[in-house]
Amino acid sequence: MNQKKSKKPMIITFALVAAIYIAVFIAEQTMPATSMLFTVLKKGAVYALVAVSMNLLNGFTGIFSLGQAGFMLVGAYAYGIFTIPVAQRASVYQYFDGGAVQFTVPIVVAMILAGLAAAFFAFLIGLPVLRLKSDYLAIATLGFAEIIRAIFQWNGLGPITNGSNMLRAFPNFNDFNITDASGNVTVYLSTLIPFIMAGVCIALIVLLINSSYGRAFKAIRDDEVAAEAMGINLAHHKRLAFCISSFFAGVGGAMLAMYQTTVQAKSFTSAMTYEILLIVVIGGIGSVTGSVFSSFLFVACSEWWLRFLDEKQIIGDFEVPLLRTGFRMVVFSVIIMIVVLFFRRGIMGDKELPDLLSRREKKRRGALK
Amino acid sequence: MWDTIFPYLLSGVSVGGQYALIAIGYTMVYGILRLINFAHGDVFMVAGIIMVYLAASGLPLWLCIPLVLLATVLVGFTIERVAYKPLRNAPRMSVMISAIGVSYTLQNLVLYITGGLNKQYPTIPWISDTIAIGAAKTKVVTVVTPFLVILLVVALVLLINKTKIGMAMRAVSKDFETSRLMGIKINQVISCTFIIGSFLAGVGSILFFTNYPTVIQTSGAMPGLKAFVAAVFGGIGSIPGAVIGAFIIGIMENIIKGLDVILFKLGIISAPMGLATFSDAFTFALLIIILIVKPTGLFGEKVTDKV
Amino acid sequence: MSEAVKNQQVLKLENITMQFGGVVAINNLSLEVNQGEIVALIGPNGAGKTTAFNCITGVYEPTNGIVYFHGEPIAVNHPQGKMVKQYGGINGDLYKDRKPVVHTPDKITQMGIARTFQNIRLFKSQTVFDNVLIGTHLRRTSNVLTATFRLNAKEEKANREKTAKLLEIVGLADVAGELATSLPYGKQRRLEIARALATDPTLLLLDEPAAGMNPQETDELGEFIVSIKNQFDLTVFMIEHHMNLVMEISDRIYVLDFGKQIAEGTPEEIQKNPVVIAAYLGVDEE
Repeated sequence: MNQKKSKKPMIITFALVAAIYIAVFIAEQTMPATSMLFTVLKKGAVYALVAVSMNLLNGFTGIFSLGQAGFMLVGAYAYGIFTIPVAQRASVYQYFDGGAVQFTVPIVVAMILAGLAAAFFAFLIGLPVLRLKSDYLAIATLGFAEIIRAIFQWNGLGPITNGSNMLRAFPNFNDFNITDASGNVTVYLSTLIPFIMAGVCIALIVLLINSSYGRAFKAIRDDEVAAEAMGINLAHHKRLAFCISSFFAGVGGAMLAMYQTTVQAKSFTSAMTYEILLIVVIGGIGSVTGSVFSSFLFVACSEWWLRFLDEKQIIGDFEVPLLRTGFRMVVFSVIIMIVVLFFRRGIMGDKELPDLLSRREKKRRGALK
Repeated sequence: MWDTIFPYLLSGVSVGGQYALIAIGYTMVYGILRLINFAHGDVFMVAGIIMVYLAASGLPLWLCIPLVLLATVLVGFTIERVAYKPLRNAPRMSVMISAIGVSYTLQNLVLYITGGLNKQYPTIPWISDTIAIGAAKTKVVTVVTPFLVILLVVALVLLINKTKIGMAMRAVSKDFETSRLMGIKINQVISCTFIIGSFLAGVGSILFFTNYPTVIQTSGAMPGLKAFVAAVFGGIGSIPGAVIGAFIIGIMENIIKGLDVILFKLGIISAPMGLATFSDAFTFALLIIILIVKPTGLFGEKVTDKV
Repeated sequence: MSEAVKNQQVLKLENITMQFGGVVAINNLSLEVNQGEIVALIGPNGAGKTTAFNCITGVYEPTNGIVYFHGEPIAVNHPQGKMVKQYGGINGDLYKDRKPVVHTPDKITQMGIARTFQNIRLFKSQTVFDNVLIGTHLRRTSNVLTATFRLNAKEEKANREKTAKLLEIVGLADVAGELATSLPYGKQRRLEIARALATDPTLLLLDEPAAGMNPQETDELGEFIVSIKNQFDLTVFMIEHHMNLVMEISDRIYVLDFGKQIAEGTPEEIQKNPVVIAAYLGVDEE
């Protein structure tokens, strides 16, 4: 029996990924910094991490949770609270006497804290919620996300969260650019850095999925009763999946803060969770590669490629009907509905990039038809 | 103290009734299809928008109202046919995702049409008039709502218990497969459910937006979510449960909105604490509590799974 | 209980009653399975056999009675709360003073009881190999961090080797890379058994392992069960309808009808038992 899979697909995948990173770095040094490409790449990287974290929970473990926005919010705020320079606190927290937190931690530490904070909330929420049936779990997590949003907007906690005011002045992606003595940028890193951050996190998630625990998660998704009968403790593993997914959602939230340069609790609505869910579905539930592709595709379409649909087009004397602000999102929504209705398995189904490259896989698929 | 609480109680009963009309749609659809129709709240919002544009086009209001109801029913019916029927044999998650997709689409469509501007709901004579009840001043719609809701619910319960289609609906919500095998026209029953739900949401939108006359593409999100909580709270699949749940949520929500004022006037707190922000969160806290303590809701039934 | 008995007796059900609401599914069932035996549980459909399995494996909490595994009580209960009034079985007072004991199914599997299912429950999205490999997860010494960072390489390798060996023993080594659900029915059943074996059980519960098989496959299955029992030093407790298989390989048989035990004995005894014959074939209306 040939258990050994050819290593070639993995090597090709690694080479491809490395090539993409190099291309991003080169592009950043050579193209104008204001190009839409970089907006898409940065935002895409952030969404890629959040989408993969949601896929870990919804796609690989089968737990239909709609609480992502809440955990992103916790992560974003944790990051901001711990990294706003002390000198700026007075102006940011102007209604709360400069705020209660008067120290900062290094960025990487803050990001880990962001993840841990989100994971902690997930642990607490998971205690009552993970026992529920799938539909109810969805609504309960949605509800908790809204409660978290209300808590972070409450002026009563203002000294820490700044209440209904936004957090700003914390380090963002542009702060990673290397500048010379006169302040001009010599090496652009503002796009590579989010790529590295997201890349490391996604790599960790992939390692988890391919480990014994990842198999246990998939077993729970496929057949909970059988998984339990094989000795897999459902409560423990569901909690694990929930907390780990939320950890990375928190880190993603921190990255979102860095991308947006300001954060405000009220923007972390359930609509944000819905967008991530749609990204995961389009990419393929149960495919990390799919979630990554789909995130960049989603961001590219909504921020860049379909923008022309929002502008009035005049051909000769004829003004093309329908094209004005907002049409882009309508077209986009319709495309999503088409994917949801007719391409339910998404772009990648449950396959990963190495699978596509593997010839044995192709042969097997051919044999099954 | 009564004078302090009464106005909040009144608005609570009013908005509770409006939630009830939306909640019935959720509970009926869930009872039959086991689907959380995430788009239902947005259908409610679309009804409001349609009224805005019909009224603005110059049609007299007595014509607009039935047209709006008809249009809402059409929207609900179409959504079911286009987005849910094709996925009837797909796993449950797929249909829920489709519902989320519809919600997303409706909101973007309305955003496009309105250009993101807040729209003013037309003032409907009589129900928008102010009246005084005791020491509180409120609109007539506040008083009309609970009575109208009770009337509609009674009519609905009669329909479900005394008519053939009602019996079919009850059968399908008990056992989908067997009902189909017994020759019940499932498509008819499902369409009927969506028609009734959308009709009630349309009525609810007329009452709601008369009270809160700003309509924007996100207007349906919160009421929809709260109405769903009401349906779960009352026992998903139970219409009286959904109605009672909705009234409880409406009342509690308004009391919390006024909690700062109430506690201040009672001398319990010395300064407002900004508790109104929690009025939405309260609804969700209630949801979570009921899901943990009695997931089948106040009036729901237990279902055991076979291994 | 004496040491000698403890070693010999693997499973014991003592006065087990299982009631769902007003329906008594199992009524005061007592039985024993001893080390190295193959014991069969037979009876007409709906007699409560799978329910008995579910009580043993922790899927259901018995309404009354005790389940002993290697002499240790793994499930203990007596009618409580609403059930006190509703209780339709007997011996409801016997265990009133004993503290209830309940374990989740995964804990029961950890103790050494593994099972297969009446309707095959394989992990649909995974390969034959991974289905069995998952069975080794419960004996892990790694945690999620060491597993993610591959610090558990030795354990993982050992598990993979064990899985490969199991697949060879059950004759599925050549299809290891295939999707579990792409196998023909008979092979899927063997896969489910291989997966159960991966959990290192001492007691194997088989729920209708021969369902859907033709006579030849059933014969092969019989030989297979006997051979793995010997190879892995197991005790086997099985539910079955294929009487040939039951009579061929069982050491003892329990017969269940309407939740009650109506007969017990060796295959020869059971075959001649008039009560059993009446239950299965019905009594002539003349």
